[in-house]
Amino acid sequence: MTAQTLDRPAVRRRGGDLAERLGPLGLAALAVVALITLAALCAPLITSHDPAVGSVIERYQGPSAEHLLGTDQSGRDLLARLLYGARTSLLGAAVVVLLAGAGGALLALVAAWFGRTVDALVGRVLDLLFAFPNLLLAILAVAVFGTGLGQVTVALAIAYVPYTARVLRSVALRERRLGYVQAAELQGLSGLVVSVRHILPNIAPQILTGAAINFGYAMIDLAALSFLGLGVQPPTADWGLMVSQGKDSLLQGHPQQSVFAGVCIVVAVAAFSVIGERLGGRKAGGRA
Amino acid sequence: MSTTAENVIEISGLRKQFAVGRGKRRRTVHALDDVSLAVADGSCLAVVGESGSGKTTLARILVGLESADGGEVVLAGRPVARRPRRAERRARARDIQMVFQDPNGSLNRRRTVEAAIKEVLAAHHRVTGDEARRRVGELLDQVGLRPAHARALPGELSGGQQQRVAIARALAAEPRVLVLDEAVAALDVSVQAQVLNLLAEIRQARRLTYLFITHDLSVVRQVSEEVVVMRQGRIVERGSTDEVLDRPRHAYTMLLRDSAPRPGWRPRLSTGADAREVEA
Ligand SMILES: Nc1ncnc2c1ncn2[C@@H]1O[C@H](COP(=O)(O)OP(=O)(O)OP(=O)(O)O)[C@@H](O)[C@H]1O
Ligand SMILES: [Mg+2]
Repeated sequence: MTAQTLDRPAVRRRGGDLAERLGPLGLAALAVVALITLAALCAPLITSHDPAVGSVIERYQGPSAEHLLGTDQSGRDLLARLLYGARTSLLGAAVVVLLAGAGGALLALVAAWFGRTVDALVGRVLDLLFAFPNLLLAILAVAVFGTGLGQVTVALAIAYVPYTARVLRSVALRERRLGYVQAAELQGLSGLVVSVRHILPNIAPQILTGAAINFGYAMIDLAALSFLGLGVQPPTADWGLMVSQGKDSLLQGHPQQSVFAGVCIVVAVAAFSVIGERLGGRKAGGRA
Repeated sequence: MSTTAENVIEISGLRKQFAVGRGKRRRTVHALDDVSLAVADGSCLAVVGESGSGKTTLARILVGLESADGGEVVLAGRPVARRPRRAERRARARDIQMVFQDPNGSLNRRRTVEAAIKEVLAAHHRVTGDEARRRVGELLDQVGLRPAHARALPGELSGGQQQRVAIARALAAEPRVLVLDEAVAALDVSVQAQVLNLLAEIRQARRLTYLFITHDLSVVRQVSEEVVVMRQGRIVERGSTDEVLDRPRHAYTMLLRDSAPRPGWRPRLSTGADAREVEA
């Protein structure tokens, strides 16, 4: 009969596939991301300095055994501020990406499942959100709810939803028309069950890729908002805030703070972009 | 027309329109236009017709995936709701199941064969655990697959095997009617023959009724005693397979028959360029 050789064990090399798709550059980017994350998590083990406390007499010091990267205008340890700043920067971007991914996936699944009028309505809402530039929406949120990381994070997440929803909607619609979804619907299973059990796992790769791309953008946007003084508030350490606070020092001939924080932002953003690009690029649920 | 008792499907005056295009190019397509049809219990009715003639729309309305604009469907003696809700669809699925054309897309590529079949068992017969595993084994055996296939993912199966799984999944609901929408169209001719034989065996063993949708007239002869011919949403001819295919009364059926490749059919080679293409 047609029962062919299925005797070979059904090995699925998910990890192998991932490495293949990322390529050497993508793997290097992944290593950079892992390193930054690890450094952020282990900040207290790497440095004993408090990122928020310094003494004015120690301001603008060069690199030394005590302060490996020197100190800032308030005499705070720059390495500690970079390490703890990574926490704020990564966490903020992670929350943006998580909320935007969840919101985008939810809208996409609802639009794909109900189709017709609901789909058209979702399309209208997305068009409306697209009309607002990301940062404008965040600034608006600050104007209404006040400054702070929480406010700008949620506002940015909302601003990112249309980018994820647009791509996820089209992949979800494609799945919706396939026989396995129709077969499940035919059995009288609920839209929630079919969407979560069947469609969601099949659009998960696009959700993840979109998240990787958006992560870089979210870091830039959050840094910009902190730079403008709307996001993270001093004395909390944050890369965007460090670039901003380094401005004055820059003019006084102490560029370290701005440069170090700027390099961190660029490296992290580039790493996330490379990963996103390698995983699926523009076809995925990210900001194009 | 015969009486309700012996017809498992009775359709009368079924209508369905679709709006296609946008703006000025918007128009309505009559996918089904006053379709009436009765299918005797235990029989196999083939539905043929060119692309766009409304075959899939008919199937989707029958199983409750689409709602009709007008007309009536009586399934196993019960009239069905025109706009089926979820509970109604579930009840209907125990009477009628469907096998889709694309073997590749008809199974969730991230779920095992076993999971696909168990889902249907749980939905309709509340069968779970060891009992479900045993039923999966039985169903796989019936469609000519081995127990080892239970843990396979669709990607690890051939097209023919995937379609066997789709058939097993449909049978798991223990329906009276199976709607097969171009169920063998995507398969190689030899695999097609195997699956057709399998379907014939299953129909015998389970006394099922088939609504067999195809555009392939050679398949019609293999599976079915009776055939209806659809064109632009209407039924233009109905009769026994031999009668309709050998002595078609409707001009459209003749056209359909004469444009289909048959044994002894040879492509006409008019120019050298064509001949090369055919040989290549
Ligand atoms: N969801 C839909 N939206 C708009 N038009 C549709 C839809 N489904 C079907 N149609 C139209 O209805 C008509 C009948 O389509 P249907 O799929 O039933 O034909 P078919 O006989 O199954 O064709 P094929 O042999 O190509 O599968 C076609 O003109 C098609 O374009
Ligand atoms: Mg069709």
